Amino acid sequence: MNTAGAEPEKHPLDDYLRVDRLPHIWCPGCGLGLVLNAFLRGLHKSGLDADKVVIVSGIGCTGRAAGYLKLDSFHTTHGRAIPFATGLKLANPKLKVVVFSGDGDLVAIGGNHFIHAARRNIDVTVLMVNNFIYGMTGGQLAPTTPLAARTTTSPQGNIEESFNIPYLAASSGAVYVARWTVAHINRMEKAVIEAMHKKGFSVIEAISSCPTYYGRMNRLGSGLELIKYFRDNSVIKQGINPLHAGVGIDGQIVVGKFVDIERPYMPALQEEGDRK
Amino acid sequence: MPGEGYLTGEFFMSGDEACAEGAICAGCRLFAGYPITPSTEIAERLSGRMPEVGGTYIQMEDELASMAAVLGASWGGLRAMTATSGPGFSLMMENIGLGAMIETPCVIINIQRGGPSTGLPTSTGQGDMMQARWGSHGCYSIIALSPYSPQELFDLTIRAFNISEKYRVPVFVMSEADTGHMYEKVVIPPVDEIEITPRRKPSVPPEEYLPFKPDDDLVPPMANAGEGYRFHATGLTHDERGYPVSSEEVQDKLVRRLVDKIDKNRDDIIDFKEDGVDGAEVVVCSYGISARVSLVAVERARAKGIKVGMLRLITVWPFPEDRIRQISRQIGAFVIPEINYGQIALEVERCAGAGARTILVPHMGGGVHNPDTILQAIERAAR
Repeated sequence: MNTAGAEPEKHPLDDYLRVDRLPHIWCPGCGLGLVLNAFLRGLHKSGLDADKVVIVSGIGCTGRAAGYLKLDSFHTTHGRAIPFATGLKLANPKLKVVVFSGDGDLVAIGGNHFIHAARRNIDVTVLMVNNFIYGMTGGQLAPTTPLAARTTTSPQGNIEESFNIPYLAASSGAVYVARWTVAHINRMEKAVIEAMHKKGFSVIEAISSCPTYYGRMNRLGSGLELIKYFRDNSVIKQGINPLHAGVGIDGQIVVGKFVDIERPYMPALQEEGDRK
Repeated sequence: MPGEGYLTGEFFMSGDEACAEGAICAGCRLFAGYPITPSTEIAERLSGRMPEVGGTYIQMEDELASMAAVLGASWGGLRAMTATSGPGFSLMMENIGLGAMIETPCVIINIQRGGPSTGLPTSTGQGDMMQARWGSHGCYSIIALSPYSPQELFDLTIRAFNISEKYRVPVFVMSEADTGHMYEKVVIPPVDEIEITPRRKPSVPPEEYLPFKPDDDLVPPMANAGEGYRFHATGLTHDERGYPVSSEEVQDKLVRRLVDKIDKNRDDIIDFKEDGVDGAEVVVCSYGISARVSLVAVERARAKGIKVGMLRLITVWPFPEDRIRQISRQIGAFVIPEINYGQIALEVERCAGAGARTILVPHMGGGVHNPDTILQAIERAAR
């Protein structure tokens, strides 16, 4: 509360936010604020120098995250956040580069870059917010939309199989793979810290609520009801083969840390010498 | 040790190789690309040369990724470039637009081949000249240079990096298969004699820095990622803070500046070479390999007593419209040989207006003009 003569109350994470850009554009009940919160708490506790942390987003609802962060941040083209981040990291290996983007951006239009970044094990962290749908354009089918789910472009129900993102990441070569939902903010925060300290390509899938489109079109209720659904239907299975972590329109959501391994990464060689 | 890793002296090398060495001398330290004929030799040479000078070569998964990585590397503080040809150039266009929008210095080499589509992968063309200017959506400006020899591929690659930093804009080196694959003498000066334009850095502390507030020449100073400025850059229409703003006013201010920063500095950017233009009745206006072939035709025409001048465009974009206008008032006709069905000829026609006729000498690609075809056009123009 701002009272005469007193400074406005400051949130401990305000230093990482462009507070002059708030309120954000995300819908009421959207899980993106929760993911952003988990990310910032993780960043704050990570011990990393925030001046060296760079955020790269693509296009979509999640793509707007870069613009709210008071860090060096780039809001790039649709699908190309990962190769942009690859260039940044190769140019200056001292940067901690985080790609903060959505499922459509990263595994539909940007899917090729996702698997190749995992293959070459570029030292970049990907925080992929999966809301099962294209939110920004008004609720169309995504490659993560579960079988039978309704969207504005699958009005009779989706007839395509969806991506299992942890399995895609792990089989392509990622060294850290975890999935949490917006009902698991403390665990997501811990995953952010672990992923940012991991050398190599680390991926966190953050399952999030889109009440405006996914929730409404599939009669799953409000944002709060979606979060309750995630809480009640999630099963923590640490270390399992992510092949068995597919997500359907109903039934259980397997969450946990599935991969945490060591593998040679880029740009390790350049880090050995002083390049500038 | 100064000069270590650099070549100095006279070499017999191809245009593609000269371009790669030009990049090294210009201080380029990241190449991201995808193999495509006839530009592949640039990637091959830099894959070996970059590690020798402490730089990075990365072969990306496609040209979309290559262009995105070049932009990222530039913001990471390095001079960065890619090289490609027709189909790859098309794939790069969206991120070239981002490069123009967030004012990212970078260099794109296009060793043109015959098109459209897969076209003629191993032989020459000049069909991407308009695409270089207008290929990405929306209003913006870029700079494009056109070398006509391996030596100029070396020299203009260096210039491309310098003006790219100076104006914070993607710069194209628009060459062709025949120049890229041509072997010729290339002189590489000692590296300390090569002029390098440094990046213009902010002179204010981070809390006062507005990342898209221009200096008087319309170009904003540029902080790199990781320097503590904590800036935001977006492909959305943005204000001087870099914040997205969806309004006609901000759009007007931004788009005008992106175009005007090139247009108003055109005298510094534009470069061409004239020979015998004053007093000429006919002027051949050409660029790249077509200009080289035109020189033979001009010589033959002069031997026949025709007063013909040569205007070789070295900067193609921005287009040297003032000079074309001036010349058009003094001559009867322009002859424009190019390896396409009329692209730069349209620009010459636009600037010449009613002042002089324009005669296009097209070639659909796959080879260069026969100089006699150009000679016949000169003779027709002189009648």
